[in-house]
Amino acid sequence: MSSSATNRRATGFLVGFLLIALLIAGGLSYFASSDPDGLDSVTLSGCQLNADGEPAGGTCIARNAQDPATASSPLADYSVAGSDGTVGLAGVLGVVVTLVVAGGLFWVLRRRGEPSSGDDS
Amino acid sequence: MVVAMHMSDGLVTAPTAAVFGLIAVIGLAVAVSRARVDLDDRTAPMAGLVTAFVFAVQMINFPILPGASGHLLGGALVAILVGPWVGSLCIAIVLAVQALLFADGGLTALGTNIVNMALVGVFVGYAVALALRGLARRSRAGLVCTAFLAALINTVVAALAFVLEYAIGGAGGASLGTVLALMVGLHVLIGIGEGIITAATVGAVASVRPDLVHLLRGAPTLLHLRRSEDVPERSAS
Repeated sequence: MSSSATNRRATGFLVGFLLIALLIAGGLSYFASSDPDGLDSVTLSGCQLNADGEPAGGTCIARNAQDPATASSPLADYSVAGSDGTVGLAGVLGVVVTLVVAGGLFWVLRRRGEPSSGDDS
Repeated sequence: MVVAMHMSDGLVTAPTAAVFGLIAVIGLAVAVSRARVDLDDRTAPMAGLVTAFVFAVQMINFPILPGASGHLLGGALVAILVGPWVGSLCIAIVLAVQALLFADGGLTALGTNIVNMALVGVFVGYAVALALRGLARRSRAGLVCTAFLAALINTVVAALAFVLEYAIGGAGGASLGTVLALMVGLHVLIGIGEGIITAATVGAVASVRPDLVHLLRGAPTLLHLRRSEDVPERSAS
């Protein structure tokens, strides 16, 4: 198979991978559970919770938790500017930012000027 | 809806947070210097996409018990796909983006979160996968089983890392025994979910691009895993 066909296949795989990530963050995120995760369940254990799921009485680890310094971020709490129903858009933006930051770092760090090492490295 | 998934500020004392922040910086510095070996024109874009994929999947909290959910940590997933050094950078970038942009996880807690998930989670997942590498390279089923077990164990050990931090400098609010029992119990259940997601993802990547699975590099059985009409021989390019 020619080199250009190989490159086409490689690009196709990467584009497919990205589309799956975008679909998960942009669509499946609407179906995610809103219950506290494992760590939050433990830190909230022992407290009574108010309607917002915040500790309102009792003794628990979460009583020591401080609001995040980045709480005023426009994407805080996985919403866009605090609007309801924007978790998908926030997720898509997060995927794009993560891809740019990580892809950029790894592209800069990569070994250059060597042929792809393939399966035997 | 997802709101917060990682450690907030204030759960451990400031000195404890500072010590684990320092450990995180040192660990990531070593990872940067070692990651180069595993990054080339072919694997660098893959590593970027794996990072974005982990961000996406971490948003999906799945129910584990009435009133409790879990989400992917991703340690074994990245370790198997892109190796432990690149993988720890993947998870650290996800955690940094989440803390800085999404207010998920505190800034002073970023060190503890990185140690738990990007360093402990990734390297425990990698150690399990490495121990089972013979199985993983034998067949697709072996690879999927390896991914499941590595992910299950990375989840529980990452949870234990939080318990250790709480034991060293917890801000209080619950006894250490309670924290240990609840963290382990819940994260065994979360680890099963993490195992299923990791096994499915690694299995899917291996079915189309086994050459992009770090754990399979150099495997003599690689040719049995790949479908010859899908993946051209490297030497032909």
